[in-house]
Amino acid sequence: MADMNHHPDGHPASHGHGHGHEDSDEYEDGNAMAGPLSEIFAVDLTSAHGRCANCGITEPVARLRVYTRAPGLVGRCPHCAHVTLRMTRSPDNAWLDMSGTTTLRIPLTTT
Amino acid sequence: MGVVSPGFHGRPRESSRRLPPGQYETHDFPVLSAGPTPRIDREDWEFTVTTETGDRHSWNWAELTSLPSESPTLDLHCVTKWSKFDTSWQGVSLDVLLTGVETAADFVMVSSYGGYTTNLPLEDLLDGQAWIAYGYEGDDIPPEHGGPARLLVPHLYFWKSAKWVHGMRLLTGDEPGFWESLGYHDYGDPWREQRYQGD
Ligand SMILES: [Zn+2]
Repeated sequence: MADMNHHPDGHPASHGHGHGHEDSDEYEDGNAMAGPLSEIFAVDLTSAHGRCANCGITEPVARLRVYTRAPGLVGRCPHCAHVTLRMTRSPDNAWLDMSGTTTLRIPLTTT
Repeated sequence: MGVVSPGFHGRPRESSRRLPPGQYETHDFPVLSAGPTPRIDREDWEFTVTTETGDRHSWNWAELTSLPSESPTLDLHCVTKWSKFDTSWQGVSLDVLLTGVETAADFVMVSSYGGYTTNLPLEDLLDGQAWIAYGYEGDDIPPEHGGPARLLVPHLYFWKSAKWVHGMRLLTGDEPGFWESLGYHDYGDPWREQRYQGD
């Protein structure tokens, strides 16, 4: 599926196709994340646990203090009030800023 | 378009002429906030202008309120679509505050107590278009409406009129503020309905 002729880091095309899986410089485009992302964003993210980039404390997204009387949604850490999650919507786009969250642990239900 | 409304009172024909596209008139004063309301003692309050070369100019409460003030009557237009007519304020024109500031900057990043930011061109703060306000309807500005002092730039959507204003950085290049970095329009002219990026 992936076109292995790309060598963006300047490496000569000396890696044979047969070595593709051993070559750490190889990458795929964002479509390779489509499956995992659809799985993640299909779940209820409020049960996910986010780590605040400011104070380092991990809490479920559901425990954020979300300010909704604003041009967007602003989620703040319940411990330090740092902005951890922001969302806005225009007619054509949704905008998501998670720069205030370092990691998000998302529980997956396995059946 | 006049920034300071001439103070006529709401006949319907006047009202529609004063309403930018997509807006509706409200008579209350909705409180919008992206975070907890900061409580700043006037003794601790300070407003600082920092130029692109690092020069700092600052005013404490006594210094701000001893400057010549103006009492503009303004129409406010919020990007969430409400407009409020004939609000009366007291404050110091940015022309007064910036008169002694040497700068070659074209842009400003405004910052607030509590961490809010918004960006705008420097020229939109000059020539009688903007104030640091400390009075509303003959009284102090309530904290939920941005007191002790807030920026007023009524010819742009009201998110540009930063509550709890604390400082301004003069910049040679434009940078997005809090909402401008999350899909909202960089300039925000309500008469051109510049709500979102690309409008
Ligand atoms: Zn925190």
